Amino acid sequence: MSKISRRRFVEGTGAGLVATTVPLQGQTAKAAAAVPHTTVKLTVNGTVHRLDVEDRWTLAEVLRDHLGLTGSKIGCDRGECGACTVLLDGKNVYSCSQLAVWADGRTVQTVEGLAQNGKLDPLQEAFIEHDGPQCGFCTSGQLMSAKALLNHNPHPTTDEVRAGMTGNICRCGNYNHYVESVLAAAATLAADSRRKA
Amino acid sequence: MKSFANVNARDAKDAVAKLGQPNAVAVGGGSDLLGMVKEHLVEPDVLVHLKSIRKLDQVSAKAGEVQIGGLITLDTLSREPAIRSRYTVLAEAAESVGTPQIRNAGTLAGNVCQRPWCWYYRNGFPCFKAGGKQCFSITGENQFHAIFGGGPSFIVHPSDTAPALVALDAKFRVTNSDGERTIPAAEFFALPRVDAARENVLAQDEILTAVDLPAARPHTRSTYHKVLDREAWTHAVVSAAIVLEMDQQVCKSARIVLGGVAPIPWRLPKVEAMLAGKPITPELAAQAAEAALEGANPLAKNAYKVPLTKAVVRRTLLSLATKA
Repeated sequence: MSKISRRRFVEGTGAGLVATTVPLQGQTAKAAAAVPHTTVKLTVNGTVHRLDVEDRWTLAEVLRDHLGLTGSKIGCDRGECGACTVLLDGKNVYSCSQLAVWADGRTVQTVEGLAQNGKLDPLQEAFIEHDGPQCGFCTSGQLMSAKALLNHNPHPTTDEVRAGMTGNICRCGNYNHYVESVLAAAATLAADSRRKA
Repeated sequence: MKSFANVNARDAKDAVAKLGQPNAVAVGGGSDLLGMVKEHLVEPDVLVHLKSIRKLDQVSAKAGEVQIGGLITLDTLSREPAIRSRYTVLAEAAESVGTPQIRNAGTLAGNVCQRPWCWYYRNGFPCFKAGGKQCFSITGENQFHAIFGGGPSFIVHPSDTAPALVALDAKFRVTNSDGERTIPAAEFFALPRVDAARENVLAQDEILTAVDLPAARPHTRSTYHKVLDREAWTHAVVSAAIVLEMDQQVCKSARIVLGGVAPIPWRLPKVEAMLAGKPITPELAAQAAEAALEGANPLAKNAYKVPLTKAVVRRTLLSLATKA
């Protein structure tokens, strides 16, 4: 039996629902033509995409619904919870609070871009080792804020880690484990660079 | 989200021309505006995107004066060495805003011009800020509302950088269809009794493009102290932006501006006059704190802000004056 994921199953159900509303499609298409849209170039996890996006689409929506990168989550959709955090030109931002048109010509890194050549990022390894995630919903956002932090501050103190991750809320309250994970990843990276030196 | 067209502005003049289109609004980092569009508090047809304007995100020095482009992000501003060393109050205020994600997107001009965060306004109540005819906080939940300058609306100004800019005697450069006008920071903000629907004097087709800081005087020190109801990620319950020009132990001149207590950054000229020419002792700091709260008019649930603000003024003043 072929393996079917929960996401595929839910998407399949959605397609079934769309099929039952065929009579509306003509109207929807006409309305869609009137909606302002723009062609943008986004470099996402190293791949260049040329996309026709509606001006009102957020970066989070484009990443998830049009590029299939569902690692970034939409929690509050108001720039409050941090589940949608991605790196835009290397800085962590709320992708629900950026329009995709504003990211034209820019570079985006999502959680899917952390692992390189099948090898997890030291942050991901540390998150597993130190039980960073509990339910996991906020984890991709936590990882991206941690990545941004270590990019510009490779040797953070505990307080700096806490400050760097204040924009990511964890409803399971697993903050201490996240902080431990980031400190552990920083230590691993420091040891690696000493070995290489 | 409601449909709209995004248009990129080439320069400030172009932005103003584009704002002349029907139902157009200006947007910088978008942190505030997109949330308001999603909540249907603003329903624009055109977004005039300002971040496409080049070179309006930089700090430049000329003859001692410093000009800051309005589109500089709060993160960049807070790390700028010239700002950190000579205009510390502004760097500290920028650093205290929201979260890293907000500071990476949010701009200085956007922080100064953000709309109030009163929970009635943000949750769709037809209050003054939404074009209505009443303020629901007067008889409602007013824990975080104004103790100074309220009426008919009792919002508090939400910006951290605004009190810092008033304390630094900044000048705001505003671009409009006639060109440019310059407004002292203190005159940029408007009390609700002047216009209850707005927080500043900007017209619909005007944008705040840059901020000029006067040359920092020698022996000047400054700081921003922000009290929050949790450790991070919120607006000031009370804050104080203080700039002191010192001659040894003696305060030559002082600027004290409060945040979180009034619908505009709340300057304390009487307290400033009290301090001029005197050494700042614990006794003087306590007297200054008492004087700072003269005329405070708390609502039913925010009287706690009176002793809190006194403590903030006294402690911040004393620690800044006695800093090595």
